Amino acid sequence: MIKKIHITCLLFLLLATSLMILEGPVTAEDAGDELVEFPVPPPPFSEGIFPCSNCHAGMEVNTTKRELEFHQNIKLKHFDGWCFDCHNPDDRDTLRLASGKVISFKESEFLCGQCHGTIFRDWKAGVHGKRTGMWNGRKEYRLCVHCHWPHAPRFKPIKPLPPPVRPDDIKYRKLRPEEIPSNPLEEILRGEKR
Amino acid sequence: MPGRDEKNNPGFRLIDRRGFLKGAALGLMSMALPHRSDASFWEGFFQKHFREMNSEEIREVIKRLEKEYKEKYKVDFNIKTTKPLPGVLFGYGLDISRCIGCRRCVYACVKENNQSRDPQIHWITVLRFRKGEKWVSNLEEADKYYYPDRVPEEGYFYVPVQCQQCENPPCVKVCPTQATWKERDGIVVIDYNWCIGCRYCMAACPYGARRFNWGEPRIRREEINPNVHYLGNRPRYRGVVEKCTFCIQRTREGRYPACVEICPVGARKFGNLLDPKSEIRYCIEKKRVFRLKEDLNTFPKFYYFFAI
Repeated sequence: MIKKIHITCLLFLLLATSLMILEGPVTAEDAGDELVEFPVPPPPFSEGIFPCSNCHAGMEVNTTKRELEFHQNIKLKHFDGWCFDCHNPDDRDTLRLASGKVISFKESEFLCGQCHGTIFRDWKAGVHGKRTGMWNGRKEYRLCVHCHWPHAPRFKPIKPLPPPVRPDDIKYRKLRPEEIPSNPLEEILRGEKR
Repeated sequence: MPGRDEKNNPGFRLIDRRGFLKGAALGLMSMALPHRSDASFWEGFFQKHFREMNSEEIREVIKRLEKEYKEKYKVDFNIKTTKPLPGVLFGYGLDISRCIGCRRCVYACVKENNQSRDPQIHWITVLRFRKGEKWVSNLEEADKYYYPDRVPEEGYFYVPVQCQQCENPPCVKVCPTQATWKERDGIVVIDYNWCIGCRYCMAACPYGARRFNWGEPRIRREEINPNVHYLGNRPRYRGVVEKCTFCIQRTREGRYPACVEICPVGARKFGNLLDPKSEIRYCIEKKRVFRLKEDLNTFPKFYYFFAI
Protein backbone atom coordinates (compact mmCIF):
# COMPACT_ATOMS: atom_id res chain seq x y z
CA MET A 1 0.00 0.00 0.00
CA ILE A 2 2.66 2.45 1.15
CA LYS A 3 4.83 1.54 -1.84
CA LYS A 4 1.94 2.35 -4.20
CA ILE A 5 1.55 5.82 -2.68
CA HIS A 6 5.30 6.39 -3.03
CA ILE A 7 5.21 5.45 -6.68
CA THR A 8 2.27 7.71 -7.48
CA CYS A 9 4.02 10.54 -5.65
CA LEU A 10 7.16 9.96 -7.71
CA LEU A 11 5.13 9.91 -10.89
CA PHE A 12 3.54 13.24 -10.01
CA LEU A 13 6.93 14.73 -9.25
CA LEU A 14 8.27 13.55 -12.59
CA LEU A 15 5.27 15.00 -14.39
CA ALA A 16 5.65 18.33 -12.61
CA THR A 17 9.38 18.64 -13.36
CA SER A 18 8.87 17.73 -17.01
CA LEU A 19 6.21 20.44 -17.27
CA MET A 20 8.58 22.95 -15.68
CA ILE A 21 11.31 22.05 -18.12
CA LEU A 22 8.89 22.45 -21.01
CA GLU A 23 7.87 25.91 -19.79
CA GLY A 24 11.38 26.92 -18.82
CA PRO A 25 12.97 28.21 -22.04
CA VAL A 26 9.98 30.41 -22.92
CA THR A 27 10.18 32.49 -19.75
CA ALA A 28 13.95 32.74 -20.03
CA GLU A 29 13.57 34.33 -23.44
CA ASP A 30 10.94 36.74 -22.19
CA ALA A 31 13.31 38.02 -19.56
CA GLY A 32 15.65 39.32 -22.28
CA ASP A 33 15.93 43.09 -22.36
CA GLU A 34 14.51 43.61 -25.83
CA LEU A 35 11.34 41.69 -25.16
CA VAL A 36 10.26 43.38 -21.92
CA GLU A 37 7.12 45.37 -22.53
CA PHE A 38 6.26 48.54 -20.67
CA PRO A 39 2.64 49.49 -20.14
CA VAL A 40 2.31 52.72 -22.12
CA PRO A 41 -0.66 54.57 -23.61
CA PRO A 42 -0.86 54.78 -27.44
CA PRO A 43 1.58 57.21 -29.09
CA PRO A 44 0.40 60.86 -29.32
CA PHE A 45 -0.14 61.27 -33.07
CA SER A 46 -1.52 64.52 -34.46
CA GLU A 47 -5.05 63.95 -35.65
CA GLY A 48 -5.38 62.24 -39.04
CA ILE A 49 -1.62 61.71 -39.48
CA PHE A 50 -1.49 57.97 -38.84
CA PRO A 51 -1.25 55.54 -40.59
CA CYS A 52 1.36 57.31 -42.71
CA SER A 53 0.77 54.83 -45.54
CA ASN A 54 -2.54 56.58 -46.23
CA CYS A 55 -0.54 59.15 -48.19
CA HIS A 56 2.87 57.52 -48.57
CA ALA A 57 1.69 54.20 -50.04
CA GLY A 58 1.72 55.36 -53.66
CA MET A 59 4.64 57.77 -53.34
CA GLU A 60 8.11 57.14 -54.60
CA VAL A 61 10.78 57.00 -51.90
CA ASN A 62 13.25 59.89 -52.16
CA THR A 63 16.19 59.31 -49.80
CA THR A 64 18.04 62.57 -50.46
CA LYS A 65 18.15 65.08 -47.62
CA ARG A 66 16.09 68.14 -48.62
CA GLU A 67 13.53 70.80 -47.62
CA LEU A 68 10.12 69.11 -47.45
CA GLU A 69 7.07 70.49 -49.24
CA PHE A 70 4.70 68.76 -46.83
CA HIS A 71 5.20 68.44 -43.02
CA GLN A 72 6.02 72.17 -42.87
CA ASN A 73 5.52 72.21 -39.11
CA ILE A 74 8.59 70.03 -38.59
CA LYS A 75 11.78 72.04 -38.19
CA LEU A 76 14.19 69.40 -36.97
CA LYS A 77 15.85 70.68 -33.80
CA HIS A 78 17.19 67.48 -32.40
CA PHE A 79 20.49 66.32 -33.81
CA ASP A 80 21.99 66.90 -37.22
CA GLY A 81 19.98 64.12 -38.74
CA TRP A 82 16.92 63.73 -40.87
CA CYS A 83 13.78 61.65 -41.44
CA PHE A 84 15.22 58.23 -42.24
CA ASP A 85 17.54 58.13 -39.24
CA CYS A 86 14.40 57.08 -37.38
CA HIS A 87 11.56 56.55 -39.87
CA ASN A 88 11.57 53.45 -42.04
CA PRO A 89 11.69 54.35 -45.77
CA ASP A 90 10.36 50.92 -46.75
CA ASP A 91 7.29 51.02 -44.50
CA ARG A 92 6.28 54.44 -43.20
CA ASP A 93 3.98 52.97 -40.53
CA THR A 94 7.04 51.74 -38.63
CA LEU A 95 10.33 53.01 -37.25
CA ARG A 96 13.79 51.59 -37.87
CA LEU A 97 16.67 51.19 -35.44
CA ALA A 98 20.30 51.76 -36.42
CA SER A 99 20.72 48.00 -36.42
CA GLY A 100 18.11 47.75 -39.19
CA LYS A 101 15.53 46.24 -36.86
CA VAL A 102 12.02 47.50 -37.61
CA ILE A 103 9.87 48.50 -34.62
CA SER A 104 6.36 49.88 -34.23
CA PHE A 105 5.51 53.40 -33.06
CA LYS A 106 4.21 51.83 -29.84
CA GLU A 107 7.73 50.88 -28.74
CA SER A 108 9.59 53.99 -29.83
CA GLU A 109 11.50 54.08 -26.51
CA PHE A 110 14.01 51.60 -28.01
CA LEU A 111 14.71 54.07 -30.78
CA CYS A 112 15.40 56.97 -28.37
CA GLY A 113 17.40 54.62 -26.15
CA GLN A 114 19.97 54.07 -28.92
CA CYS A 115 21.54 57.46 -28.18
CA HIS A 116 20.14 58.31 -24.74
CA GLY A 117 21.29 55.12 -23.02
CA THR A 118 21.64 56.43 -19.48
CA ILE A 119 18.26 58.11 -19.64
CA PHE A 120 16.69 54.94 -21.09
CA ARG A 121 18.14 53.04 -18.13
CA ASP A 122 16.61 55.53 -15.67
CA TRP A 123 13.32 55.44 -17.57
CA LYS A 124 13.13 51.65 -17.29
CA ALA A 125 13.76 51.91 -13.55
CA GLY A 126 10.92 54.41 -13.30
CA VAL A 127 13.15 57.35 -12.40
CA HIS A 128 13.31 59.38 -15.62
CA GLY A 129 9.89 60.71 -16.55
CA LYS A 130 6.50 60.64 -14.99
CA ARG A 131 4.87 57.56 -13.45
CA THR A 132 1.29 57.19 -12.37
CA GLY A 133 -0.62 54.21 -11.05
CA MET A 134 0.50 52.32 -7.96
CA TRP A 135 3.83 52.72 -6.17
CA ASN A 136 3.58 49.08 -5.08
CA GLY A 137 1.83 47.64 -8.11
CA ARG A 138 1.04 48.32 -11.75
CA LYS A 139 2.70 51.52 -12.94
CA GLU A 140 1.73 53.49 -15.99
CA TYR A 141 4.73 54.50 -18.06
CA ARG A 142 4.80 57.12 -20.80
CA LEU A 143 6.68 56.96 -24.07
CA CYS A 144 9.50 59.50 -24.48
CA VAL A 145 7.38 61.16 -27.16
CA HIS A 146 4.48 61.79 -24.77
CA CYS A 147 6.53 64.54 -23.16
CA HIS A 148 9.24 65.29 -25.74
CA TRP A 149 8.20 66.10 -29.28
CA PRO A 150 10.79 63.98 -31.12
CA HIS A 151 11.51 66.60 -33.80
CA ALA A 152 12.37 69.28 -31.18
CA PRO A 153 12.59 67.47 -27.85
CA ARG A 154 13.53 70.32 -25.50
CA PHE A 155 10.69 71.35 -23.14
CA LYS A 156 8.98 74.64 -23.89
CA PRO A 157 8.79 77.03 -20.91
CA ILE A 158 5.31 77.17 -19.32
CA LYS A 159 3.36 79.66 -17.25
CA PRO A 160 3.73 79.12 -13.49
CA LEU A 161 0.75 79.12 -11.11
CA PRO A 162 0.47 82.12 -8.74
CA PRO A 163 2.77 82.52 -5.72
CA PRO A 164 1.50 82.30 -2.14
CA VAL A 165 -0.07 85.37 -0.54
CA ARG A 166 2.47 87.52 1.28
CA PRO A 167 1.92 87.78 5.04
CA ASP A 168 1.28 91.52 4.70
CA ASP A 169 -1.55 90.89 2.24
CA ILE A 170 -3.47 88.40 4.37
CA LYS A 171 -6.74 89.95 5.47
CA TYR A 172 -9.43 87.91 7.16
CA ARG A 173 -12.72 89.14 5.84
CA LYS A 174 -16.27 87.91 5.64
CA LEU A 175 -16.90 85.99 2.41
CA ARG A 176 -20.04 84.77 0.73
CA PRO A 177 -19.66 81.15 -0.52
CA GLU A 178 -19.26 82.28 -4.14
CA GLU A 179 -16.52 84.73 -3.13
CA ILE A 180 -14.19 82.00 -1.84
CA PRO A 181 -11.28 81.91 -4.29
CA SER A 182 -11.13 78.91 -6.61
CA ASN A 183 -8.06 76.69 -6.96
CA PRO A 184 -6.16 78.01 -10.03
CA LEU A 185 -5.32 74.43 -11.00
CA GLU A 186 -9.00 73.67 -11.69
CA GLU A 187 -8.94 76.00 -14.67
CA ILE A 188 -5.88 74.27 -16.16
CA LEU A 189 -7.39 70.82 -15.63
CA ARG A 190 -10.65 71.93 -17.29
CA GLY A 191 -8.61 73.23 -20.24
CA GLU A 192 -6.78 69.91 -20.58
CA LYS A 193 -10.01 67.93 -20.60
CA ARG A 194 -11.48 70.00 -23.42
CA MET B 1 -29.81 85.58 66.83
CA PRO B 2 -27.78 84.29 63.92
CA GLY B 3 -28.50 80.60 64.68
CA ARG B 4 -32.27 81.01 64.33
CA ASP B 5 -32.08 82.51 60.87
CA GLU B 6 -30.04 79.61 59.62
CA LYS B 7 -32.52 77.07 60.90
CA ASN B 8 -35.69 78.79 59.72
CA ASN B 9 -34.56 79.76 56.25
CA PRO B 10 -33.61 76.70 54.10
CA GLY B 11 -32.10 78.94 51.44
CA PHE B 12 -29.56 80.35 53.85
CA ARG B 13 -26.46 78.35 54.65
CA LEU B 14 -23.22 79.37 56.26
CA ILE B 15 -20.49 78.73 53.72
CA ASP B 16 -17.06 77.77 54.92
CA ARG B 17 -13.88 78.68 53.06
CA ARG B 18 -13.44 75.27 51.38
CA GLY B 19 -17.00 75.18 50.14
CA PHE B 20 -16.72 78.69 48.78
CA LEU B 21 -13.57 77.91 46.83
CA LYS B 22 -15.07 74.70 45.45
CA GLY B 23 -18.11 76.52 44.20
CA ALA B 24 -16.10 79.37 42.77
CA ALA B 25 -13.84 76.96 40.91
CA LEU B 26 -16.78 75.05 39.41
CA GLY B 27 -18.49 78.28 38.43
CA LEU B 28 -15.40 79.64 36.73
CA MET B 29 -14.90 76.35 34.91
CA SER B 30 -18.39 76.42 33.52
CA MET B 31 -17.79 79.97 32.32
CA ALA B 32 -14.52 79.02 30.65
CA LEU B 33 -16.07 76.10 28.74
CA PRO B 34 -18.19 76.96 25.74
CA HIS B 35 -21.91 76.88 26.39
CA ARG B 36 -22.84 74.08 24.06
CA SER B 37 -25.58 71.65 24.76
CA ASP B 38 -25.30 69.23 21.79
CA ALA B 39 -23.94 65.82 22.71
CA SER B 40 -21.62 65.70 19.69
CA PHE B 41 -19.58 68.63 21.01
CA TRP B 42 -19.00 66.99 24.37
CA GLU B 43 -18.18 63.65 22.76
CA GLY B 44 -15.53 65.46 20.75
CA PHE B 45 -14.30 67.27 23.83
CA PHE B 46 -13.73 64.05 25.76
CA GLN B 47 -12.47 62.03 22.78
CA LYS B 48 -9.64 59.64 23.72
CA HIS B 49 -6.22 59.76 22.08
CA PHE B 50 -6.35 58.18 18.63
CA ARG B 51 -3.79 55.51 19.46
CA GLU B 52 -5.56 54.52 22.67
CA MET B 53 -8.93 53.95 21.03
CA ASN B 54 -10.06 50.47 20.02
CA SER B 55 -11.64 49.89 16.63
CA GLU B 56 -15.16 50.22 18.05
CA GLU B 57 -14.37 53.62 19.57
CA ILE B 58 -12.70 54.78 16.36
CA ARG B 59 -15.78 53.76 14.38
CA GLU B 60 -17.97 55.89 16.65
CA VAL B 61 -15.65 58.88 16.28
CA ILE B 62 -15.74 58.51 12.49
CA LYS B 63 -19.53 58.33 12.55
CA ARG B 64 -19.72 61.49 14.64
CA LEU B 65 -17.26 63.35 12.41
CA GLU B 66 -19.05 62.35 9.22
CA LYS B 67 -22.27 63.73 10.70
CA GLU B 68 -20.56 66.96 11.80
CA TYR B 69 -18.95 67.47 8.38
CA LYS B 70 -22.25 66.75 6.63
CA GLU B 71 -23.93 69.50 8.65
CA LYS B 72 -21.08 71.94 8.15
CA TYR B 73 -20.13 71.39 4.51
CA LYS B 74 -23.28 69.72 3.09
CA VAL B 75 -21.05 67.03 1.58
CA ASP B 76 -20.99 63.28 2.27
CA PHE B 77 -17.49 62.51 3.53
CA ASN B 78 -15.87 59.10 3.52
CA ILE B 79 -13.37 59.17 6.40
CA LYS B 80 -10.86 56.32 6.30
CA THR B 81 -8.55 55.15 9.08
CA THR B 82 -6.38 52.88 6.90
CA LYS B 83 -3.54 51.42 8.97
CA PRO B 84 0.13 51.47 7.89
CA LEU B 85 1.08 48.66 5.49
CA PRO B 86 3.49 46.14 7.05
CA GLY B 87 7.08 46.29 5.81
CA VAL B 88 6.69 49.78 4.39
CA LEU B 89 8.70 52.92 5.16
CA PHE B 90 7.83 55.74 2.82
CA GLY B 91 10.53 57.79 1.12
CA TYR B 92 10.36 60.63 -1.36
CA GLY B 93 12.75 61.75 -4.06
CA LEU B 94 12.85 65.11 -5.82
CA ASP B 95 15.01 65.74 -8.86
CA ILE B 96 16.08 69.39 -8.68
CA SER B 97 17.85 69.11 -12.01
CA ARG B 98 14.40 68.69 -13.60
CA CYS B 99 12.07 70.86 -11.48
CA ILE B 100 10.94 73.92 -13.45
CA GLY B 101 9.19 75.72 -10.57
CA CYS B 102 5.73 75.73 -12.19
CA ARG B 103 3.88 75.23 -8.85
CA ARG B 104 1.52 72.57 -10.28
CA CYS B 105 2.38 70.42 -7.24
CA VAL B 106 1.42 73.19 -4.81
CA TYR B 107 -2.12 73.44 -6.15
CA ALA B 108 -2.60 69.71 -6.80
CA CYS B 109 -1.85 69.28 -3.10
CA VAL B 110 -4.34 72.01 -2.20
CA LYS B 111 -6.99 70.24 -4.28
CA GLU B 112 -6.33 66.75 -2.92
CA ASN B 113 -5.88 67.71 0.72
CA ASN B 114 -8.69 70.25 1.23
CA GLN B 115 -6.47 73.17 2.24
CA SER B 116 -8.22 76.42 3.06
CA ARG B 117 -8.46 78.70 0.00
CA ASP B 118 -8.98 81.86 2.07
CA PRO B 119 -7.12 82.31 4.40
CA GLN B 120 -4.70 80.63 2.02
CA ILE B 121 -2.76 77.55 3.10
CA HIS B 122 -0.17 75.74 0.98
CA TRP B 123 1.67 72.65 2.20
CA ILE B 124 4.35 72.94 -0.50
CA THR B 125 6.58 75.99 -0.93
CA VAL B 126 8.73 76.26 -4.05
CA LEU B 127 11.94 78.18 -3.38
CA ARG B 128 13.90 79.85 -6.14
CA PHE B 129 17.67 80.19 -6.03
CA ARG B 130 20.18 81.80 -8.33
CA LYS B 131 22.52 79.25 -9.87
CA GLY B 132 26.00 79.19 -8.42
CA GLU B 133 25.12 80.94 -5.16
CA LYS B 134 25.53 79.48 -1.71
CA TRP B 135 22.09 78.29 -0.83
CA VAL B 136 21.66 75.09 1.22
CA SER B 137 22.03 76.84 4.57
CA ASN B 138 20.02 79.89 3.49
CA LEU B 139 16.55 78.49 2.89
CA GLU B 140 14.89 81.34 4.76
CA GLU B 141 16.33 83.95 2.42
CA ALA B 142 15.16 82.23 -0.74
CA ASP B 143 12.53 83.79 -2.96
CA LYS B 144 9.18 82.02 -2.79
CA TYR B 145 7.13 84.82 -4.39
CA TYR B 146 8.71 84.66 -7.87
CA TYR B 147 6.10 85.01 -10.61
CA PRO B 148 7.61 85.40 -14.09
CA ASP B 149 5.68 84.97 -17.30
CA ARG B 150 7.37 81.67 -18.08
CA VAL B 151 9.37 79.09 -16.11
CA PRO B 152 12.08 77.85 -15.93
CA GLU B 153 14.02 81.12 -15.99
CA GLU B 154 17.57 81.37 -17.23
CA GLY B 155 20.08 81.31 -14.37
CA TYR B 156 17.75 80.00 -11.64
CA PHE B 157 16.83 76.67 -10.11
CA TYR B 158 13.90 75.65 -7.95
CA VAL B 159 13.62 73.62 -4.75
CA PRO B 160 10.14 72.63 -3.56
CA VAL B 161 9.99 72.14 0.21
CA GLN B 162 7.28 70.32 2.16
CA CYS B 163 7.20 68.14 5.29
CA GLN B 164 10.38 66.06 5.20
CA GLN B 165 8.83 63.23 7.29
CA CYS B 166 11.85 63.07 9.60
CA GLU B 167 12.76 59.78 11.25
CA ASN B 168 13.70 61.86 14.30
CA PRO B 169 11.04 64.59 14.13
CA PRO B 170 11.61 67.60 16.42
CA CYS B 171 7.95 68.63 16.05
CA VAL B 172 6.79 65.41 17.70
CA LYS B 173 9.15 65.88 20.64
CA VAL B 174 7.76 69.29 21.58
CA CYS B 175 4.03 68.61 21.27
CA PRO B 176 2.56 69.02 24.77
CA THR B 177 -0.60 67.02 24.02
CA GLN B 178 0.89 64.25 21.84
CA ALA B 179 -1.41 65.38 19.07
CA THR B 180 1.33 64.69 16.52
CA TRP B 181 3.35 61.49 16.17
CA LYS B 182 5.24 59.30 13.72
CA GLU B 183 3.36 56.30 12.31
CA ARG B 184 5.01 52.94 11.62
CA ASP B 185 5.29 53.67 7.90
CA GLY B 186 7.25 56.82 8.73
CA ILE B 187 4.53 59.42 8.15
CA VAL B 188 4.31 62.14 10.79
CA VAL B 189 0.60 62.76 11.40
CA ILE B 190 -1.55 65.20 13.36
CA ASP B 191 -4.83 64.53 15.16
CA TYR B 192 -6.74 67.77 14.57
CA ASN B 193 -9.09 66.94 17.43
CA TRP B 194 -6.20 66.81 19.88
CA CYS B 195 -4.17 69.75 18.60
CA ILE B 196 -4.54 72.74 20.92
CA GLY B 197 -2.88 75.18 18.53
CA CYS B 198 0.10 76.12 20.69
CA ARG B 199 2.35 76.09 17.56
CA TYR B 200 5.38 74.71 19.44
CA CYS B 201 5.79 72.23 16.55
CA MET B 202 5.99 75.08 14.06
CA ALA B 203 8.78 76.65 16.07
CA ALA B 204 10.57 73.30 16.30
CA CYS B 205 10.38 72.37 12.61
CA PRO B 206 13.64 73.37 10.88
CA TYR B 207 11.96 73.22 7.45
CA GLY B 208 9.02 75.55 8.04
CA ALA B 209 6.74 72.78 6.82
CA ARG B 210 3.84 73.23 9.25
CA ARG B 211 0.93 75.60 8.68
CA PHE B 212 -1.52 77.14 11.14
CA ASN B 213 -5.23 77.78 10.63
CA TRP B 214 -5.46 81.39 11.80
CA GLY B 215 -9.05 81.57 10.65
CA GLU B 216 -11.90 79.19 9.92
CA PRO B 217 -10.73 77.26 6.80
CA ARG B 218 -12.89 78.03 3.75
CA ILE B 219 -13.26 75.98 0.56
CA ARG B 220 -15.83 76.15 -2.22
CA ARG B 221 -18.26 73.32 -1.74
CA GLU B 222 -17.78 71.96 -5.27
CA GLU B 223 -14.00 71.81 -4.76
CA ILE B 224 -14.09 69.70 -1.58
CA ASN B 225 -12.45 66.27 -1.83
CA PRO B 226 -14.75 63.96 0.17
CA ASN B 227 -12.34 60.97 0.20
CA VAL B 228 -10.35 61.66 3.32
CA HIS B 229 -8.25 60.02 6.02
CA TYR B 230 -8.69 60.79 9.72
CA LEU B 231 -4.96 61.58 10.07
CA GLY B 232 -4.67 63.37 6.74
CA ASN B 233 -6.86 65.49 4.54
CA ARG B 234 -10.12 65.66 6.48
CA PRO B 235 -11.34 69.24 6.98
CA ARG B 236 -9.43 71.08 9.68
CA TYR B 237 -10.64 73.50 12.35
CA ARG B 238 -9.67 77.03 13.20
CA GLY B 239 -6.68 77.01 15.55
CA VAL B 240 -5.03 73.72 14.52
CA VAL B 241 -1.76 72.94 12.78
CA GLU B 242 -1.56 70.99 9.51
CA LYS B 243 1.09 69.77 7.07
CA CYS B 244 1.97 67.32 4.29
CA THR B 245 1.26 63.65 5.09
CA PHE B 246 2.61 62.12 1.83
CA CYS B 247 -1.11 61.95 0.89
CA ILE B 248 -1.73 59.28 3.54
CA GLN B 249 -5.22 58.64 2.14
CA ARG B 250 -3.73 57.67 -1.24
CA THR B 251 -0.35 56.14 -0.42
CA ARG B 252 -1.67 53.68 2.16
CA GLU B 253 -3.79 52.26 -0.65
CA GLY B 254 -0.84 51.95 -3.01
CA ARG B 255 -1.43 55.12 -5.02
CA TYR B 256 1.12 57.87 -5.63
CA PRO B 257 0.81 61.22 -3.82
CA ALA B 258 -1.05 63.94 -5.75
CA CYS B 259 2.11 66.02 -6.26
CA VAL B 260 3.87 63.06 -7.91
CA GLU B 261 1.01 62.51 -10.35
CA ILE B 262 0.69 66.16 -11.40
CA CYS B 263 4.39 66.98 -11.93
CA PRO B 264 4.69 67.74 -15.68
CA VAL B 265 8.41 66.95 -15.80
CA GLY B 266 8.36 63.81 -13.63
CA ALA B 267 10.73 65.30 -11.07
CA ARG B 268 8.94 63.71 -8.11
CA LYS B 269 9.59 60.10 -7.08
CA PHE B 270 7.95 58.07 -4.35
CA GLY B 271 8.20 54.57 -2.93
CA ASN B 272 9.06 52.13 -0.19
CA LEU B 273 12.52 52.58 1.32
CA LEU B 274 12.51 48.96 2.51
CA ASP B 275 11.94 47.56 -0.99
CA PRO B 276 15.30 47.30 -2.81
CA LYS B 277 13.52 47.36 -6.18
CA SER B 278 11.60 50.60 -5.55
CA GLU B 279 12.11 53.80 -7.51
CA ILE B 280 13.26 55.69 -4.42
CA ARG B 281 15.92 53.09 -3.63
CA TYR B 282 17.18 53.35 -7.21
CA CYS B 283 17.51 57.13 -6.78
CA ILE B 284 19.39 56.81 -3.50
CA GLU B 285 21.73 54.13 -4.82
CA LYS B 286 22.41 55.53 -8.30
CA LYS B 287 22.07 59.32 -8.00
CA ARG B 288 23.76 62.08 -6.05
CA VAL B 289 21.31 62.60 -3.20
CA PHE B 290 21.25 64.96 -0.25
CA ARG B 291 18.75 65.93 2.43
CA LEU B 292 18.02 69.38 3.79
CA LYS B 293 19.86 70.41 6.96
CA GLU B 294 21.40 66.97 7.51
CA ASP B 295 23.54 68.39 10.32
CA LEU B 296 20.48 68.66 12.57
CA ASN B 297 20.16 64.85 12.78
CA THR B 298 16.47 64.93 11.95
CA PHE B 299 16.99 62.15 9.34
CA PRO B 300 14.47 63.33 6.76
CA LYS B 301 12.99 60.71 4.41
CA PHE B 302 12.83 63.32 1.65
CA TYR B 303 15.78 63.01 -0.74
CA TYR B 304 16.78 65.68 -3.23
CA PHE B 305 18.88 64.52 -6.14
CA PHE B 306 20.44 65.49 -9.47
CA ALA B 307 19.66 63.05 -12.26
CA ILE B 308 21.71 64.89 -14.88
